[in-house]
Amino acid sequence: MSIRIDNLAVDLGSFHLRDINLTLESGDFFALMGPTGAGKSVLLEALVGLVPIVGGDIFINDRKITNLAPEKRGISIVYQDYALFPHLTVLDNIRYGLRFQPHKRSFAPIDELVERLNLNHLLQRYPETLSGGEQQRVALARALAVSPDILLLDEPLSALDPNFRQDLRAHLKTLHQASGATFMMVTHDFSEALSLAQRAAVMNRGVLEQVGSIEEIFCRPTSTMVADFVGMKNLFKVEFSGVTARAGGVEIKVGREADGTHGYIAIRPEDLILSKEPLVSSLQNSFAGKVIAIRSHGFFYEIDFAVNSLIFTAVITSHAFFDLEPVVDTGFFLSFKATAVHLL
Amino acid sequence: MRKEAFLWMVMGSSVLVLAFITVPLLRMISAPSLASLWETIRDPEVYGSIWLSLYTGISAAFICFVFGTPLAYLLARSEFRGKKLVEAIVDLPIVIPHPVVGIALLGLVGKNFWLGRVMQELGWRIVGSPAGIIMVMTFVGLPFYLQAAKEGFASVPPRLEHVSRSLGASMFATFINVTFPLAWRSILSGIIMCCARAISEFGAVVIIAYHPMIAPVLMFERFQSFGLRYSQPVAVWLIVVCLLLFLSLRLVGSGAKKFKNGSQA
Repeated sequence: MSIRIDNLAVDLGSFHLRDINLTLESGDFFALMGPTGAGKSVLLEALVGLVPIVGGDIFINDRKITNLAPEKRGISIVYQDYALFPHLTVLDNIRYGLRFQPHKRSFAPIDELVERLNLNHLLQRYPETLSGGEQQRVALARALAVSPDILLLDEPLSALDPNFRQDLRAHLKTLHQASGATFMMVTHDFSEALSLAQRAAVMNRGVLEQVGSIEEIFCRPTSTMVADFVGMKNLFKVEFSGVTARAGGVEIKVGREADGTHGYIAIRPEDLILSKEPLVSSLQNSFAGKVIAIRSHGFFYEIDFAVNSLIFTAVITSHAFFDLEPVVDTGFFLSFKATAVHLL
Repeated sequence: MRKEAFLWMVMGSSVLVLAFITVPLLRMISAPSLASLWETIRDPEVYGSIWLSLYTGISAAFICFVFGTPLAYLLARSEFRGKKLVEAIVDLPIVIPHPVVGIALLGLVGKNFWLGRVMQELGWRIVGSPAGIIMVMTFVGLPFYLQAAKEGFASVPPRLEHVSRSLGASMFATFINVTFPLAWRSILSGIIMCCARAISEFGAVVIIAYHPMIAPVLMFERFQSFGLRYSQPVAVWLIVVCLLLFLSLRLVGSGAKKFKNGSQA
């Protein structure tokens, strides 16, 4: 089912959602990202019908549901903290919604869901005896048992430890394909968004900053907030002239002509290449400079690198790190493509 | 060393408080001989009054349960203008002196007010009847039930209700299937507290209905007419019966599983 949100506005105490415009195609897997307190969960609860809407409309398949009671919308929600009914067994939790759906013709067979989520051995247990990963699988089964048109996931993986997270991420992917429902997931984790979603939005202070494909969000952020948020560490204020951007005594070749004479550019840290010798290649940007700081993150290293007065941050794998053996205060070369430079 | 002295002081005063509560009760229970206890309970006036106390008290608690539950839910779940005022009103019966409660209610259902006269015309006798006793008991017991039930509802995470709604359950179905079962233990505590408070009421009941005599009124009368030795056995029997009642209610209630708050975060 497709969702269309038109100019939605929500007031919740001193918090406001404004001008929310969003369209999800049937069968989409949509990621909603943004810093804490951006209003992501409020938007989900507005879709379910749990917070008062003060303006705008929500349509599901062109049917207006703005004022419909939550139980009549066909939208299921899965919370970060699972929200299982503690007084019911796993099986009763999963079957909870079925009796309230007298008009539905067909349900996803419970057996198949139970099988797919590997819950067979847990059916008679109570939620408090389950691990986090098990609880979240039960919550997913319960939400999907009523064959919802739309499934909303509010940070479904963030309360799990990393082993379970991988496992459940895989489950989410197959469930999305099998159910045919439209999924909308709030997440903090970019790798989750990248591996699961096709489209995404970044939200900040109650408004949508950018909506687009995952590639667009990560590679072509349209605002400094989004660039900052998705990890564009190398964000510089520049003056443009043609396809050259000037900042801090450095001239950077960019992929296209800028619209104005002033603006920002951003370069993803993993697009920067460090080398001992100048690279002879088609990379249009190559600078001499020196390493000023090195931070280890286990599997990768962050290296701060000064070119004149500009500080770049590059990310390299630990493998590359040991090949290169960079040392603070030593001279190196920094290269990147003109097309890796994003104009904001 | 000072810390140790402090610890002794804490323990000493704790023991003192506990003794202050238990010693008089133990003294009273052990005072009557078994023979006098046996004789007392065979007295129709005694078991009649204890029975009256029990069933009016239970009725009052049941009325509080039926009519108080929606208000308790409302107070736990919604914010509205004047909520503080409503909460203050609900607590009024605790702070008003008991005879004042009796006088206030008598002013409503007595012959001096149209409501009382209308009821009399209809043949509904409130003053000097079990109905009047139940009314007084409901009045003084309500705050205890409402407080406990409200806390019970407040401890059920709203998210569980949200999930239930999103799965197709109406507000009412959600209340019946999720909220009420999870708040049941607190509700039961409220019923017991309310019932206990109702049975212990004397000052307000005695104004509305001296006769028929509930157990506390009978005790008072026997103390007045015959002295301490004649009221003690009645008191012992009332305590025993009440303890049995509350214990059995607790046992019924503990059949329900104890739940953690449902959410982990």
